[in-house]
Amino acid sequence: MTSTVTVEENTIDSLLRADRMPHIWCAGCGIGPAVGCFIRAIWRAGLDPDKMALVSGIGCAGRVAGYVKLDSFHTTHGRALPFATGLKIGNPELNLVVFSGDGDLVAIGGNHLIHSARRNIDMTVVCINNFNYGMTGGQLGPTTPLDALSTTSPYGNFEYPFNVPYLVAASGATYVARWTVLHARQLERSIAEALTKPGFSFIEVLSPCPALYGRMNKQSKGLDTMHAYQQRSIVKDGADPKDVAITSDGHIVVGKFVDIERPTFWDYHKQMLDRALRKATLANQKVL
Amino acid sequence: MSEEGVLCGTFFMNGDVACAEGAISAGCRFFAGYPITPATEVAERMSERLPHVGGVYVQMEDEMASMNAILGASWAGMKAMTATSGPGFSLMMENLGLGVMLETPCVLVNIQRAGPSTGLPTLVAQGDMMQARWGSHGSYEVIALVPSSPQEIFDLTITAFNLSERYRVPVLVMSDEAVGHMSEKVVIPRIAPEELANRRRPDVAPEEYLPYKSNGDLVPPMAIAGEGYRFHVTGLTHDVRGYPVMTAEAQDELVRRLVDKIRLNRDDILKYEEVGVEDAEVIVCAYGITARIARLAVQQARDEGIRTGLLRLITVWPFAENYIRELAQQVKAFVVPEINYGQIVLEVERCAGGKASTLLVPHMGGGVHSPQTILKAIKEAAQ
Repeated sequence: MTSTVTVEENTIDSLLRADRMPHIWCAGCGIGPAVGCFIRAIWRAGLDPDKMALVSGIGCAGRVAGYVKLDSFHTTHGRALPFATGLKIGNPELNLVVFSGDGDLVAIGGNHLIHSARRNIDMTVVCINNFNYGMTGGQLGPTTPLDALSTTSPYGNFEYPFNVPYLVAASGATYVARWTVLHARQLERSIAEALTKPGFSFIEVLSPCPALYGRMNKQSKGLDTMHAYQQRSIVKDGADPKDVAITSDGHIVVGKFVDIERPTFWDYHKQMLDRALRKATLANQKVL
Repeated sequence: MSEEGVLCGTFFMNGDVACAEGAISAGCRFFAGYPITPATEVAERMSERLPHVGGVYVQMEDEMASMNAILGASWAGMKAMTATSGPGFSLMMENLGLGVMLETPCVLVNIQRAGPSTGLPTLVAQGDMMQARWGSHGSYEVIALVPSSPQEIFDLTITAFNLSERYRVPVLVMSDEAVGHMSEKVVIPRIAPEELANRRRPDVAPEEYLPYKSNGDLVPPMAIAGEGYRFHVTGLTHDVRGYPVMTAEAQDELVRRLVDKIRLNRDDILKYEEVGVEDAEVIVCAYGITARIARLAVQQARDEGIRTGLLRLITVWPFAENYIRELAQQVKAFVVPEINYGQIVLEVERCAGGKASTLLVPHMGGGVHSPQTILKAIKEAAQ
């Protein structure tokens, strides 16, 4: 006699585009787990998915926009943030998320990143950091640790990387955190917090790239990188962002570094509007 | 002024300001920009006016950001615009392509100055006409309108919004420093709501909605963010679902539709003005500020007994190719004055197809032609 076991539907399925599976990410990649955390965070925060929009740039993490069942925009390389800025101003009711990678957000989109943080416009940025350009085959980027190997640093990287949380915090973000995909529960909680926090929230998510960065740097399996995260991570909420730079073999400081109140774009916009509407417009306009 | 803060009446204003007022009359409620001479006054005017009509002005960190921000705002349902000049126009080319690919209604104004590079920031040119057509990578079509007075930049900015909503395509207003900075009388009429086009919205339930399925006319209905459609759009080659498909077949189907929705509607989009072309043996084909000077030269040539006409292009892209082909049967020559070293003349020459000769009257920029220069060319062409 056979019995039917009813398995509870996976809670994240309803927010994925099942008709687009299988996805393009490599075995052992950390983007999928990060998307799982993101979707659970939406439920945790109790948000209405119909009132959300997700914008991605280009690259492996840029493909997230194509797999989540939200109004989702896969834009150009580096430009997710200004696209999202227009979208948010166009409809302030939208809960807006930018999901993209380190190359997209910090290199080609670096200027947009600091200005979006400065503007403190209300959105949540999830930045997958896999320390290299995965989509194009493993080149170095502005987050690649010193000495690390990549296809364009075959003798080791000789440039300083950005300390991304420090950069974003200094630019004015009201919420800055860093987790690895090993820290699934903390990451989920952190994204949920960021989604409901007014202002510019930024979460850096360290993520294995076994096919490229990992392979070139003695972590050829996703699990190797997860072990490294386990051994090297130190949870330090409230750590000063200037002290959380990542090196190729030192500690990885994770946690919530910044959670402050600061008037948002809309707060100051509203003040400006009050001033503007008190002033008679076009008084000097000559009418023929 | 009407109650909603939209201007109405007769004013004395420069082209840049008239452009901003045209946008506001057209329903534009979002402007993202970056200061650049000689387009700055468009941004300044929008920053002053938008708060009074319930709109938002945002100053972006560069022109790539400006172009993206207007695309984002358009997907939130706003009518959105940016304005720039040469160097900024170059930076906008990347995301002009995204606008074409996502089929996003928006308006991009270029108050042209002399290039290449920084060139003559404060002085006139018409050197970006080919860039307007070919500046972003890949095969595509946009619409480009060229005003020759402050009144016309007001009128054409409204037309630009209407065409962009109708065809879901970025529309370029290719003005120039001379028109942007000249002050003239501008009559702003009360615009009735039915004079303004709005993008067609989906009339099916979200489950049935296919973002890029058009119903015969090649322009798909457009959902906007936050309404429960949960659509996906991408700059990658995509199918009717908006999903990426990396095949030559999908590319063929998509690019043909993007191009054909403009090409096959050329007659609806094209606008031009003709003066005395019926019996002309020489036609001066000009646009923008140069057409105003050409008008004088054409009159002088008539006075001297040369049967001369003026064809003033208002829509430059798509190009009035069928009409110029027809005219080529009738005339001896086309004279093409433009403030560059030969751009639109190439199109005229292509369409003339050897049936009539073409004579370029170039100006490298920094000033406008003298009517005498154009008259001399007309005389040369008439021989």
